[in-house]
Amino acid sequence: MTVAVREMPAPVSIATVNAERLKQALAAAVITFLLTSLIVGIQTVSSTGQLDFTTRYKEVFIASGAVFFGSILVSLMREGRPMPALIGGGAVTLIVGAILLLQDSSDAVRALVPFQAPIVNWGALIIPAALFVRAAQLILEARAKAHGRQAASVRVGATTQKAVPWIGIVLIVIAVLLPWLPLGERTEQKKIIDIVTLVLTYIMLGWGLNIVVGLAGLLDLGYVAFYAVGAYCYGMLSTYYGWSFWVCLPLAGAAAATFGVLLGFPVLRLRGDYLAIVTLGFGEMIRIILINWKVVTGGPGGINQIPRASFFGLPIERTVPEGTVSFHQFFGLEYNPNHRVIFLYYLIFICALAVNFVTMRIRRLPLGRAWEALREDETACRALGINPTNTKLTAFAMGAMFAGFAGSFFAARNQFISPESFVFLESAVILAIVVLGGLGSQIGIVLSATVLIGMPELFRELKDYRMLAFGIGMVLIMIWRPGGLMAHREPTIRLHGKGKQPAAAKSAVTAKEAVAAK
Amino acid sequence: MSAVAQQGNGNSPLLRVEHLTMRFGGLVAIDDVSFAAPPAQITAIIGPNGAGKTTVFNCLTGFYKPSVGRLTLNAPHGTFLLEQLDGFRIGQKARVARTFQNIRLFAGMSTLENLIVAQHNKLMRASGYSVGGLFGIGGYRHAERDAIEIARHWLERTGLTAKADWTAGSLPYGDQRRLEIARAMCTEPVLLCLDEPAAGLNARESAELNELLLAIRSEKQIGILLIEHDMSVVMGISDHIVVLDYGRKIADGTPQQIRSDTNVIRAYLGEAEDEPLPPVVAADLSHNA
Repeated sequence: MTVAVREMPAPVSIATVNAERLKQALAAAVITFLLTSLIVGIQTVSSTGQLDFTTRYKEVFIASGAVFFGSILVSLMREGRPMPALIGGGAVTLIVGAILLLQDSSDAVRALVPFQAPIVNWGALIIPAALFVRAAQLILEARAKAHGRQAASVRVGATTQKAVPWIGIVLIVIAVLLPWLPLGERTEQKKIIDIVTLVLTYIMLGWGLNIVVGLAGLLDLGYVAFYAVGAYCYGMLSTYYGWSFWVCLPLAGAAAATFGVLLGFPVLRLRGDYLAIVTLGFGEMIRIILINWKVVTGGPGGINQIPRASFFGLPIERTVPEGTVSFHQFFGLEYNPNHRVIFLYYLIFICALAVNFVTMRIRRLPLGRAWEALREDETACRALGINPTNTKLTAFAMGAMFAGFAGSFFAARNQFISPESFVFLESAVILAIVVLGGLGSQIGIVLSATVLIGMPELFRELKDYRMLAFGIGMVLIMIWRPGGLMAHREPTIRLHGKGKQPAAAKSAVTAKEAVAAK
Repeated sequence: MSAVAQQGNGNSPLLRVEHLTMRFGGLVAIDDVSFAAPPAQITAIIGPNGAGKTTVFNCLTGFYKPSVGRLTLNAPHGTFLLEQLDGFRIGQKARVARTFQNIRLFAGMSTLENLIVAQHNKLMRASGYSVGGLFGIGGYRHAERDAIEIARHWLERTGLTAKADWTAGSLPYGDQRRLEIARAMCTEPVLLCLDEPAAGLNARESAELNELLLAIRSEKQIGILLIEHDMSVVMGISDHIVVLDYGRKIADGTPQQIRSDTNVIRAYLGEAEDEPLPPVVAADLSHNA
């Protein structure tokens, strides 16, 4: 492939290329050494009340060495010689993996393993493994090219695309059955369902923001403000006035949508970066109002003891006040604290499905097409007589409304809300979910929310390295799939139907060739 | 052709531009330009680069608010003062459609989607402003089918049927130009403003474009306003030509009149040399000859 082309006209001698490569690898290793020598090489420890430090030379040398050899392998791979990378990456993966699996703790073996915590070692193993996979992929592609076949990655991409509806159905079925699957003990089950509930909340937020950022192309950095409006709407109405969750849910959505329109109206003439900055400011404004307007919002302390959501009027509690029937009494079940967890899980699942349904529907309506057209070219939209302000406002309001629903669910689940939960980082995480998923892709958001929210929750043992892994994951996704996990966009309407597409395209091409031949 | 043009001028014109002036700070881009575009005819606006042609279009389609002037559209469905309408309402209410000098398609959307988006206002009403469409009530399905038929018609006219499901941005350049015209036509305009539709087309493609424009004019009976540098297009199909130079109108008439107009020749080719050449140069020239 391109590699072969690049290799042919190489008048530079092998020696110079090698010297150049060595120089680069050395430079990378020196930089790694400088970076790690102080951050990794010296660890502060408190011994008998004093602050002391220990040294960790081994980690520094392993890091520098790995970067040196890795750099050589990668540069060889870039020049079309993936074999060393395949062997090197494979060997390191095998050896370290085997040591980790065997859990041998003799000193000689331990010296080969870079870190103390096994889970961090497992994480570090991703890098040589990724190198190995990439090299294998290149070799396969070159081989496929030689045989005149489509590259494997292209075929895989096409198959994934075809599989998307099936992935969706499979995911829905798994989600419905999840509480009934044997997930271990009661606490274990609770933990997993809790994590999935959290992921679903973020999926819902991602789907909401996807309308604004992915479809309408308006970069909103203050999305968490609408989440906060929804949460506080339910929190305040239920604690101050005792309104039920089911009354507050639509109200929270409406309130958030109103705020969306209020924010949108003055700022929608701004484009791109300017809009992003104003929405960022709006997000902070809402948070600071929540902190300072103590009388109404409870200030930094937030709102406590928010009532739980009931099962259509039946509270899911062990003990209920006189005269009311609880969920387990009504259905004649034994009280199980997991009932509530499962109820909340299904609640957010249904909310998320509804959000998805509405979004998918609207994408096929003129409004959704106008959103996408606006993202592509606002000037052309105006020339076609599309009202850009109204179109953007509906996108803002719709996205905000979904965040409002998610917010009131969040308040009902946690029973406690404070401005702490609605910081800018939340907006950034939701935006990251949308961008990594592939702007505009519904299923991509499910995948990226699972990766970005579910994985860190599952790997809490990683402690501080969690965020490091998060960062590495994001960088890797951006390198390999710069358009997001699911970057492909399927037209909302087709003239020829899906199957006939290649034939039609082919005939167009042949017609063109015929004309060119003339 | 000229007789028709004259007759058209006599009747009430589709578009009347009176004393149009556009200033950007101290710069006068258009200076007191008046002309009229008759219905069901092709009016070309030509002039050297920077003459203010595109600025006239931007004033007509609401992208600029003119500093001075009145732009009257006398359409079958009503009379509109374009300078008083908001940008997008000119497309929505007055039904003036335009294309752009640098193509502005919805590049990430498919060819067909581009044409469906162009019928936004009609479909929006049919979908009950999305409320009805969301729950599948009302006549949205029917309206969408009609919209697809209109799109199919224009795809056939522009030879893009086979590429209906392609991403618009991946179409070849000539196809993109034609798709932009098809998209403008899908808004069912009464006045179509084309900004250099033949730019970058080869001879065969611009001949096809000529046919398409003539067909649109005669079948749909709509007025076409055309900015163009390609003289084969301008002289071949225009009924009426307006020539601008440095923001002023320097000539106005049929292609034959414009061809022999001294002002136009001077604007395009420069001043004829009146003074005798310096002796050295004259000697040199004669020597070479």
